[in-house]
Amino acid sequence: MIPDILMIEDEPNIAEAVRFILTREGWSLALHDDGRGGMAAIRNLRPRLVILDLMLPNRSGAEILSELRAESDRSLAGTPVLMLTARGQPAEAAAQADAVMLKPFANDMLCAQVRRMLE
Amino acid sequence: MPFEALVAGCLAYVALLFGVAFAADRAAQRGHVRWLDHPAVYTLSLSVYCSAWTFYGAVGYASRSGLEFATIYIGPTIVFTGAWWGLRRLVRVARMHHVTSIADLISARFGKSNPLAALITLIAVIAATPYIALQLQSVSLSFEVFATQSPNAPKIGGGTALWVAAGLALFAILFGTRNLDADERHHGVVTAIALEAVVKLVAFLALGIFVVWGLADGPGDIVSRISSAAADPTREGWILRPDRWTALNIVSAAAVLTLPRMFQVMVVEAADEERLHVAGWAFPAYLFAMSLFVLPIAVVGAEILPAGANPDLYMLTLPQASGQNLLALLVFLGGFSAATSMVVVSAIALATMISNHWLTPLWLFLRRRPAGDDPEDLRGFVLNARRLAIVAVAGAGWVYHQASGGATALAAMGLVAFTGMAQVLPAMLGGLLWRGANRMGAYAGVGIGFALWLALIFLPSIGIGSALVPGPEVDPLTFAIFLSLACNTLAFISLSIFGFPDPVERLQGLSFVNTVQPFSHSRHTRADDRAEPLLAMARRVWGADAALHYFRSRAAAQGKSGYLPDLTPDFLTGLERRLAGSVGAATAHAMIERVAGGMSLTVSDLMEVADEAQRAKEEAQRLETASAELERIARQLREANDKLTALSVQKDAFLGQISHELRTPMTSVRAFSEILSTPDLSDAERMRFAGIIHNEAERLTRLLDDLLDLSVLESGNAQIAVSGANLHDLISRALSATSAIRPERVFTIDRDIPSEHQGVITDSDRLLQVLINVIGNARKYCDAERPELKIRVDRRTRNGPQIDISDNGSGIDIARQSLIFEKFARLNEPSRAGGAGLGLAICREIMTALGGDISYLPGQGGAAFRITLPKRPPTTARAKKS
Repeated sequence: MIPDILMIEDEPNIAEAVRFILTREGWSLALHDDGRGGMAAIRNLRPRLVILDLMLPNRSGAEILSELRAESDRSLAGTPVLMLTARGQPAEAAAQADAVMLKPFANDMLCAQVRRMLE
Repeated sequence: MPFEALVAGCLAYVALLFGVAFAADRAAQRGHVRWLDHPAVYTLSLSVYCSAWTFYGAVGYASRSGLEFATIYIGPTIVFTGAWWGLRRLVRVARMHHVTSIADLISARFGKSNPLAALITLIAVIAATPYIALQLQSVSLSFEVFATQSPNAPKIGGGTALWVAAGLALFAILFGTRNLDADERHHGVVTAIALEAVVKLVAFLALGIFVVWGLADGPGDIVSRISSAAADPTREGWILRPDRWTALNIVSAAAVLTLPRMFQVMVVEAADEERLHVAGWAFPAYLFAMSLFVLPIAVVGAEILPAGANPDLYMLTLPQASGQNLLALLVFLGGFSAATSMVVVSAIALATMISNHWLTPLWLFLRRRPAGDDPEDLRGFVLNARRLAIVAVAGAGWVYHQASGGATALAAMGLVAFTGMAQVLPAMLGGLLWRGANRMGAYAGVGIGFALWLALIFLPSIGIGSALVPGPEVDPLTFAIFLSLACNTLAFISLSIFGFPDPVERLQGLSFVNTVQPFSHSRHTRADDRAEPLLAMARRVWGADAALHYFRSRAAAQGKSGYLPDLTPDFLTGLERRLAGSVGAATAHAMIERVAGGMSLTVSDLMEVADEAQRAKEEAQRLETASAELERIARQLREANDKLTALSVQKDAFLGQISHELRTPMTSVRAFSEILSTPDLSDAERMRFAGIIHNEAERLTRLLDDLLDLSVLESGNAQIAVSGANLHDLISRALSATSAIRPERVFTIDRDIPSEHQGVITDSDRLLQVLINVIGNARKYCDAERPELKIRVDRRTRNGPQIDISDNGSGIDIARQSLIFEKFARLNEPSRAGGAGLGLAICREIMTALGGDISYLPGQGGAAFRITLPKRPPTTARAKKS
């Protein structure tokens, strides 16, 4: 089954909170917790939306994003990406993302953003 | 004279020698080497040339063969006065290459070939064994002279020789194998030998004066007695034969250069070639003084003593027959000195050769793993190999003495050793003077010379086979000397002309013949990651501290900080030469090749070096120092600049990192606290989410605490509460405080409790914090299958006590070693294990506040940290500021 959303996030507690919030709204969610293998997960699962953390071990979210955008498969390369970051200013690395949210976030703002991106 | 008095005098003298050697070693350790390096000490130590053979045997030799005895003194005199510039070059080249023995010199010159060194070692051992036996024999003979006089003396025989051999081996081990310095100098031994040289000379002159003015009526009388003795038709041995005279002069000149013990004192123990300025005239003067009274003593002895008295013992029996007991004792001590100094130095020199050219290569061969992986301590192995070799050398001398029954005349055995080692001379001179000389030539020359010497001189001397006599007119010894040396030289030259030297050999030849620094051949240096295995290897040879010190100083000379210099050709060549000083050129070469690899020479490298050498000889020295200095400063500037740039980048990054570290736990707290306010949660969910909020809030608090701690420490306003504490207690507390971290991992803890009991005056809570952090890191990150933690306290450092904490995991890779003490160093790492990476930054600040230091020790196998406490306790002055 293809999940609606793939979340790439290494902090287990944040991942759990996001999963709780979004599954309550009826979306299905898959999780990957490392920068390494993040791109492979997107390629295999082909989600409708990727929620991507910027600071990941081994491979940063920005690197995964630019690799995704460079994919030859146009529909895969165009997968919508919501970037989450705990850095003060989202760097230009996040420019290729469709939307950026700063941590911490309000739960209903996250829901609204995801709904907007999935519809 | 009572036998007991003799034994007591002898023992007191031995005790004095041990004391002098010990004091000199201590002085050298403390760096007081000025008087130890005095040219007079050096010159006197050269007198190890005058063994018991020259002391007692010269008189015997003169009685039997007249003036021929003088050849033993003339050869070295010619070498020292006529060729002192050559000697200076020999010493300079040898010191440049850190040569440890005559075998090492030849092997280093001919392409660092170990088999060649092993062959020369074999010759030296075979030649020296009878010679050492001879010394033991002279000591036991001289004891017997006293014993037969004294009715209540115990029956002695081979027992004396055994005790002497054992005592000398002990002396050589104590003072000759104490350390494994690259210098390979033994101040204790050399100083004791110099003292013995004085005793020898005083004894000889005293007896000579007594004979000339006491027994005869002054010089005029002596001259007339010698003339009438020479006219005596029964003394046909006194007729000088020019061929034999020439041969013996050549052999003794060769011996002073090639005998292992002479090479040891003249070259290895020399501080530099400047010593030869004085020794160039003083040593011949010493020899002259030692030979002055030989003939008078021989002639007067023959007249006064009963027919059939052993002329080798005239030195002792003459004063005894005249009732001069004290003089006899003095002469006895002189002879004792001559014998003991020869055996001690020979044993040390031979043991160095045996361990460097036989045992260590064999050991390295048997364990074919790369030297960097050897778990064993090579330094310990080499030292023990030397001790074993000393015992073996002294033991072989004793066995030979027992087996031969001590019948041979003293002079004969000495000449056998001289002629044996003389076979090395062509290769040595050729190697120093002729660039075309090559290894095949050296093998052939030394090999043929050795074989002829064995067949014509050595074996006949122990009764196997007989001397080859071409005709009744020819003296067999002269014939053997000329034949062996001629064949040796001919083979050496012809194979050198027809052979082709390999590149390493050619480079070494260039360096030896032109007396220029050994070339740093353009080895293909690779990335820095091989500096660490090299350090690990050096550590096994020199010990941890010496190796770290050397590496750090080399890195500093390159303008780098830390312990790991770039593997420049200069560095590698210097390292190899220093290692050569400990284990010999061939072994050092092999070890470096094994670790650093890929350094073989090509012909074009060689041409490059040859061209370079020509140019270098003209301009190098002046420019070199200047440009090295510039290079070093430029490098320092570059490094400082890099550091500044890095710091400013780091500053920007720091705020971002703090933001990230604070926002991450806050995200969980905020999200879950909103979730908690939704109505339809189960109790279990509510409990779980509240727990997460609690944990994340704690994480936030911890982080803020750390940040605050760090900023207070960095600002220098930290409260330091100084009190007394025991390191053992602190370490134990730190271990128990960290035992809850990854409790499933069972660590083997290796401690040395006695050394830990060390009182320190410091802020013990802060020190404990550092210990907990370092040990906690080991528990978190050590990835070994059977994790081990090793804690060592060393209180005898130049600073205060130091604590080394190391594990057996994979350690920290080079690229990150310089970063680990920076804030947030663990960011972007796979194994963050929940920490923000402030721990070691805090540790470093704490240790700075305590006046000490914490550093990472590379090359220790796993991750290793050294915590150094200051010599004086920190003041509480900082507390005043807050």
